[in-house]
Amino acid sequence: MSSDSQLTNADAQTTQEARMGGGTDNRFNSKLREAFGSSPFVLTKFDSFMNWVRSSSMFMLQFGIACCSIEMMHTYAVKHDLDRFGAGVPRASPRQADVIIVPGTIVSKFGPRMKRVYDQMPEPKFVVSMGSCTISGGPFQQGYNVVKGAEEIIPVDIHVPGCPPRPEALVYGVAKLQERIGEGETAPVTVKPYELEEFGDLERDELVTKLADDIDEDTLVMRYNWNDSP
Amino acid sequence: MSLERPRDRSQTVGVTDDGLDYDALADLLGDTVVSRETHRNAEAFVVRPDEVQDALFALRDEAGFDHCSNVTAQEYEDRFESIYHLKKYEDPTQEVSVVVPTSRENPVSQSAEPVYRTADWHEREAYDLVGIEYDDHPDLRRILLPETWQGHPMGLDYNQDKPQVVTLESHANPIADDHKEDGSDTMFLNIGPHHPATHGVLHVETVLSGEQVAHVDPDIGYLHRCEEQMAQNGKYRHEIMPYPDRWDYVSAGILNEWAYARTAEDLAGLDVPEYAQVIRTMSAEFCRIAAHMLALGTFALDVYGEFTATFMYTFRDREVVEDILEDLTGQRLMFNYMRLGGVAWDLPEPREDFFEKIRDFLDGLPEKLDEYHDLITSNEIFQLRCVDTGVLDAETAKQYGATGPVARASGVDYDLRRDDPYGYYDELDWDVITAEEGDNYARVLCRMQEVEQSARIIEQCVDLLEDWPEDDREIQSNVPRTLRPDEDAEIYRAVEGAKGELGIYIRSDGTDKPARFKIRSPCFSNLQTLPEMAEGEYIPDLIASLASLDIVLGEVDR
Repeated sequence: MSSDSQLTNADAQTTQEARMGGGTDNRFNSKLREAFGSSPFVLTKFDSFMNWVRSSSMFMLQFGIACCSIEMMHTYAVKHDLDRFGAGVPRASPRQADVIIVPGTIVSKFGPRMKRVYDQMPEPKFVVSMGSCTISGGPFQQGYNVVKGAEEIIPVDIHVPGCPPRPEALVYGVAKLQERIGEGETAPVTVKPYELEEFGDLERDELVTKLADDIDEDTLVMRYNWNDSP
Repeated sequence: MSLERPRDRSQTVGVTDDGLDYDALADLLGDTVVSRETHRNAEAFVVRPDEVQDALFALRDEAGFDHCSNVTAQEYEDRFESIYHLKKYEDPTQEVSVVVPTSRENPVSQSAEPVYRTADWHEREAYDLVGIEYDDHPDLRRILLPETWQGHPMGLDYNQDKPQVVTLESHANPIADDHKEDGSDTMFLNIGPHHPATHGVLHVETVLSGEQVAHVDPDIGYLHRCEEQMAQNGKYRHEIMPYPDRWDYVSAGILNEWAYARTAEDLAGLDVPEYAQVIRTMSAEFCRIAAHMLALGTFALDVYGEFTATFMYTFRDREVVEDILEDLTGQRLMFNYMRLGGVAWDLPEPREDFFEKIRDFLDGLPEKLDEYHDLITSNEIFQLRCVDTGVLDAETAKQYGATGPVARASGVDYDLRRDDPYGYYDELDWDVITAEEGDNYARVLCRMQEVEQSARIIEQCVDLLEDWPEDDREIQSNVPRTLRPDEDAEIYRAVEGAKGELGIYIRSDGTDKPARFKIRSPCFSNLQTLPEMAEGEYIPDLIASLASLDIVLGEVDR
């Protein structure tokens, strides 16, 4: 049969050879392949593998607050191009993102909203706090309305200082975060004390008593205690 | 300046050849005036709190003060005070203030909202931060701070250490009742405060009827960083200047710094050397280009979702401008370059390289702008989305106190660089860009043409700076180490920021820190026009209108 003759033909190719033509394509002759030798398998721990995956394909939440977000946009844009580091897929929805860069001053009115956005992100999730405001309130720390750092509300992995940090600094911060994720070290996602409380659960001081008639007990609230803030 | 003024001054009360005759205005107001004050910028009439509307109507309709540029509220030991800063769109150098004192026990005064629509938000802010209540105000509730906030932080006896509670509530449909009866149902939609199209942390409470926008209520205050308090805690000489950079933070820093510099210099009677004025003018126009580039990129992003091409193009050009400004000021974005009485330092050495860099940028600009026109304005889809959407007519724009490209695209020929000259603008040859259509397209086109004009200004400044004799390069005048303006001196001064009239009111109490520092931000007034533009339009037109307003929340909320 003609098919038999083809099978026994000296030119018979494996499927791989048929796909690649004669010899291995140049593109496959990477350093990695050399290291692997003849075996196309790598043995590693699943956790290490996942850490490597997470650190190399980070989906960033498109999240702009203030001045820092302008520099963040520059970081995403031409010249700095965060994408080169495997960390540049901006997602508009928190449900599709695993890294949130907090770029700007957080004020009392925005605090609960940011908390909600953070809560909507799937785990594992990571936080980069960008700029002095998200570290401590920055130049506005003495203001009556300014939360003294993102860490009052959500757990932060990496702080990038500056007012605002240059795009290079943010790239460095993100690279450091990738390094840490790759090593499997990140801040634990803590539920308390960051959670919004129900109004009825608050300690009944003067303020809470005053508001008690106006606010439903089941209402989620955030309490800012400026005195105890760092 | 080469531009002749094409307007004839209408014969209104009080207008004379060399300014305003305040006595004639006082006669016009008659008995409503209790007394008169002199501020550094203009005369002020003190008006009874129950006759505010009479006085303002008279000033608007008979004396032609059609621009309520700012409302300042403040608290004294013995009274509360609202100051309405009135100007004319025709000639902003003609200004007058109306001062309304009320008692501390019962701080109620009549609302100016029926006279000037823009007073709506301004008075809400005054209520929120200072605690003055306005009678007949249509919607007197907090604007910047959360509803549950206790106390009025700009008041004298506010305790900043008290804990505060902020609620996280989903919003009910605000006009559900209006629509259910006639059988139609509406949908309430929250846009923001975290949304890529809101240009920051703006919350737009939108009610949709089908696909059309039935009602819009911009909810601001998510970036209220206490800028006024920060400025009041800083000393005039050095401690305030870093903050203006953070109002309109889209690289418009030097324009904002200039607003403070101009106000403080006029208050303290400081001169600025001519050389420094040229540098200021040049650097300010670079900031304007950077700001308009971002406006353009984000507008394209909002209108047809171009996170790739146009956005990247505009950011490429912004990087060039940022580089030049970094060479000049030593900082990216937050320049902190101006000083009272001049600028921080001279142009970078070697000057030739710096000038060459600028000229390279200017030479390449026309080509780049053609590219933008290819990409954006001549794009048919873009035109379909923008032409005749979000229309704002001139009268409405004036009622809301809109300024900058937003007003100019609606045919309001108002530019403080020409009409109230400062810096070196009146020595240079450039044009004010206006358009008649008042739609989204006109606003974008206006910004693109303003970039060309800015480039013209920069070119002339570079020519001047290149030939400036070396011995004559004075960058700062002699400024006292500690500035203590006269006690109770009050001033309101404005410059043309990237978004419009950026004004500052300062009251001095004789110390080295201002007693009241009030910022009039153009975005705050411009954003107020959003319901006028968007109601009745489709949702994407709402997004486009919002984008074409080019707001920066740092400046809206301050």
